[in-house]
Amino acid sequence: MKQLIQKLTDTFSPSGYEEAIRSVIRSEIKNYADDVRVDALGNLIARKGKGGARIMVAAHMDEIGLMATHVDDRGFVRFTGIGGVYPRNLPGGRVRFIDGTRGVIGLEGGVFGNDLPPLEKMFIDVGAVSRQDCRVKTGDVAAFERPFLDLGDRLVAKSMDNRVGCAVAIEALRALKSTSNEVYFVFTTQEEVGTRGAQTSAYGIDPALGFSIDVTGWGDTPGQRDFDVALGKGPAIKIRDGGMLSDPRIVDWMTGVAGKNRISVQREVLLGGTTDARAMQLVRGGIPVGCVSIPCRYVHSPSEMVDYNDVQNAVKLVAALLKAPIKLSGAR
Amino acid sequence: MPNKTPVLGPAQFKLLEKLCNAVAVSGGENEVRTIILDQIKPYVDEIRVDALGNVLAVRKGRGARRMKVLLDAHMDEVGFMLVADEGDGLYRFKTIGGIDTRNLAGKQVLVGKERKPGVIGAKPIHLTTSDERKKPLSEEALRIDLGPESKMKVGERGTFAPNFRRIGPSVMSKSLDNRLGAAILIELLRVPHPNIDVCAAFTVQEEIGLRGAKVAAQYFEPDLAFVIDSTPANDLPMQYESENTFYNTKLGLGPAVYVANASTLDDPRLVRYFEEVAHRAGIPYQIRQPGGGGTNAGRIQRAGLGAPVVSVSVPHRYTHTAMSVARIQDWKNTLALLHVALVQVTPSILKR
Repeated sequence: MKQLIQKLTDTFSPSGYEEAIRSVIRSEIKNYADDVRVDALGNLIARKGKGGARIMVAAHMDEIGLMATHVDDRGFVRFTGIGGVYPRNLPGGRVRFIDGTRGVIGLEGGVFGNDLPPLEKMFIDVGAVSRQDCRVKTGDVAAFERPFLDLGDRLVAKSMDNRVGCAVAIEALRALKSTSNEVYFVFTTQEEVGTRGAQTSAYGIDPALGFSIDVTGWGDTPGQRDFDVALGKGPAIKIRDGGMLSDPRIVDWMTGVAGKNRISVQREVLLGGTTDARAMQLVRGGIPVGCVSIPCRYVHSPSEMVDYNDVQNAVKLVAALLKAPIKLSGAR
Repeated sequence: MPNKTPVLGPAQFKLLEKLCNAVAVSGGENEVRTIILDQIKPYVDEIRVDALGNVLAVRKGRGARRMKVLLDAHMDEVGFMLVADEGDGLYRFKTIGGIDTRNLAGKQVLVGKERKPGVIGAKPIHLTTSDERKKPLSEEALRIDLGPESKMKVGERGTFAPNFRRIGPSVMSKSLDNRLGAAILIELLRVPHPNIDVCAAFTVQEEIGLRGAKVAAQYFEPDLAFVIDSTPANDLPMQYESENTFYNTKLGLGPAVYVANASTLDDPRLVRYFEEVAHRAGIPYQIRQPGGGGTNAGRIQRAGLGAPVVSVSVPHRYTHTAMSVARIQDWKNTLALLHVALVQVTPSILKR
């Protein structure tokens, strides 16, 4: 599975430009799904099973990135962010445009000094000497570039958010030899700019319930506060985040299945951020939702770190969740 | 003999003037709606006004399995609403839509269906302290003065007084955003596009949250959509020799094709399509700088099952003020580009 994660994280597909990752994922799943299609917004939808309760499992395949706003006369490229791009993660970073052009992020005023300039005072240097010489033009799209790093139990790459979630979904689909449910694995687009792909795909599928598979934050490095989720302690069952309150019955169901299958899980209460579950919850008449999270350090930086055991246990959990008929019980 | 290609002649200038001089603030679009209904009725097969006031019209094409192409142009403009009557013709007001209050003091306004004239007043300069002059005037410090006979009520809408003029290569007026877009859509409906069903939505309440477009898209369920709007050109030179890198668009460089803004990541296939159409037809165009701002495309893209979208806009300076400026050539080229794009559109442009 490490190879799969590397293949996915090595692909360059920021929000709105998911063509490359869609093609990679499609080739990984086409022999395992009963049906594969692509909807109007580019969501990749793979169905497994027929006739049972309709369940939607969303894993977003887009990543954050940068978009060129202006190329000046010396060939330096000004840019804006696609999704949550923070100045702290940029200086000295390397980026790769969709067409393969690579560059370095520079700052106005150079690198000496303690202040952090805003995005407007940064630029991408692709080694051009003039505007005519520069292969980049306004509107061109880039993502972070950083080599995949295998530290044994810990894996580091750019776009672990959410390629590791996609990997979990792919492996869960493969592990799900049969199911009494009608499961739709949706590799969604444009999550990072507002859970947009999930909205239209959920509208089309009209599921009875759904959950997302996404990374979540971390609480186990120096200075992290108020977040009780750590690497290596298992996948997290999301209670809430900044945009969504999980249905308590879904939380109970997930906890129960984890217990029955002896999978250690954590409980996640996230104060900011959100996932595709939010969009699924509010579509049409609304549905119960939850989320299986993979704890991830340094989220939205070029070097996101996950625990490989957490990832494998997330696969076990998701496959177990989807196999048997689902009975949500208990009070809301 | 009906035209096959849209025309930009004296009739079109007269129509733009009529549209610009109408008072049609978000939520109160009736004056413009009436003009539009009157203009397009002879050219469309279906026409209706929905619950929100959107004008929804279809000009059908011919042939099996035609694509439904939604063209959206919002009818509303930014303006004000009277919120409190202080007597003697003075009213407190709130802005409707994104108006910078620094642009308001001393501006002439028209309020209500009766189009009562007035002015936005503030304390005259010689009665201010130097401290007061350092801060921009807030809405709370301003008043709309309609004179003691006005009899206007709280809740009435108003906007900058009409002032359309054509000067040299430019048109100058309030509400070029988005009467230019509405004017373009009217002209596109006058000529045939038999390869597709043209679904035209003249939408309401864009300026206060892209509202009418959501409903219009849910009604039409299009295969793809082009949003026709007008976008800011912040292309004045910078103060101290440094290069202006935040111009958004520039006057004179042609229609602005959107790639991304706060509401939408425009579909790359449609962006590429417009670039190809422009190159083949020899029509100049520019890429609108990615960044903030919003258009109806965002709502249309995610309505129901969703649809690929792109926005194409006429650039104008001095957005949401008493007088904006646009180049006639940009207006002409935006109309031409959209027309050719509609003529040449086929399902193959959506191939992945």
